[in-house]
Amino acid sequence: MKRKTMATSLDDFSRREIASLERRLFMKRGLSLGALTLLSGCDVTNQESVQKVLWTMSRWNDRVQGWIFDPNQLAPEFPESRITRPFPFNAFYGINEAPVVDPTNYKLEVSGLVQEKKAWTLPELYALPQVSQVTRHICVEGWSAIGKWSGVRFSEFLRRVGADTTARYVGFKCADDYYTSIDMPTALHPQTVLTFRFGDRILPREYGFPMKLRMPTKLGFKNPKHIMALFVTNDYPGGYWEDQGYNWYSGS
Amino acid sequence: MDETTVSSGARAATTHSGPLQGVVLMAPQWKYVRVHPLIVRITHWINALAILLMVASGWRIYNADPFLGFRFPDAWTLGGWLAGALQWHFAAMWLLALNGFVYVAYGIVSGHLWRKLTPLNPLAVVRDIGHAVRGRLAHDDLTMYNAAQRAAYFGVIVLLVLLILSGLVLWKPVQFHAIGMLMGDYEGARYVHFFSMAAVVLFVIVHVLMVALVPRTFPSMFTGRIRTRAS
Repeated sequence: MKRKTMATSLDDFSRREIASLERRLFMKRGLSLGALTLLSGCDVTNQESVQKVLWTMSRWNDRVQGWIFDPNQLAPEFPESRITRPFPFNAFYGINEAPVVDPTNYKLEVSGLVQEKKAWTLPELYALPQVSQVTRHICVEGWSAIGKWSGVRFSEFLRRVGADTTARYVGFKCADDYYTSIDMPTALHPQTVLTFRFGDRILPREYGFPMKLRMPTKLGFKNPKHIMALFVTNDYPGGYWEDQGYNWYSGS
Repeated sequence: MDETTVSSGARAATTHSGPLQGVVLMAPQWKYVRVHPLIVRITHWINALAILLMVASGWRIYNADPFLGFRFPDAWTLGGWLAGALQWHFAAMWLLALNGFVYVAYGIVSGHLWRKLTPLNPLAVVRDIGHAVRGRLAHDDLTMYNAAQRAAYFGVIVLLVLLILSGLVLWKPVQFHAIGMLMGDYEGARYVHFFSMAAVVLFVIVHVLMVALVPRTFPSMFTGRIRTRAS
């Protein structure tokens, strides 16, 4: 009787010992694994092969976003009471460095796969049929703000210049040396508007005077401001942020 | 595939170092039982990697506009800057989603999910969580999940589905507007995405802690077998 109790308690003791040993071993292994990851972490992610995979995946995501894009799906519009005031300024430079464009000499250059390669003055652009939208601007950083923009539907403008709408891209060059490009289906979307007004006034300098291409179906940085020239092309034109690693399609 | 099968019998007696050196102990009777099917083991580790990549890059993306008033230390993040973090996030999302799809599809078709995660009795869950925090949760039969485990493993699947849905809304707020309206549109989805992430991270911490407390469950996630006492 006594003997049996003794054996049981020893057995219990050994089990606890083993459990505690196992626990310590597990922690040790876990710690070395963690340390290894920390040591190698920076090197692994900077390796050229890893960067190549990430860029390839980004291009793949461009294609997937093109498939997901529904040309008839409209971005939600809001009542004017929802407009964000003040609307945030955002650029790769400070607000005082925003480019100054002289409206009297201004001419929008149009080139590439278009029939009419003439340059457009501001009064000519203002005379085109105008539409308004109150939509959400979503920044790649995560924040969003609602604003009101007015101008000519970009599809209408492309029709008037006789653009080849089977071409793949429309590229933009801006007064602040910014540049970007978009896919043709987005260019033809009904809410893609070449805007000259912000709220109820002429688009001010800090928001992109003399014009901003407003696309509620794309992230903010894809919406070029201070546009000086645009062109229709089949050769991938890239973009200021896109060439540094931001996803090119960046559609909403 | 994941039926419980006994694969090995008793184990020889062991001698022990320390205070028990030289004492021949009564040999406990061990048996090996298959608990994790191969598909579950593979998808588990791919999922662990995918979540690590998604969380670490997600923290960097959050830091670009820290709307909850704090920032994650840069050293804990992945990507180096916003564009890099976004590249990681939108690459690893495929790993997370495709792997998750394989796991859930297998789990439903084979009945694995149903067998392992039911019944989900809320009272039993509360009772077992109570036992767990008092350190009195029974672990004699590791082939069966207790109610707290079933709730946690079911819950984390729901959280990952929520993360994917809110992630789709953040990625494509216009194209997936219908889903967005269920969670307060774009701005609401940011909160849903963040707090489901926080809950998953909490799950991972508790999960790893529990494995540390019952270490013989750890190798079973590689071998699929668990050593349990033959009664």
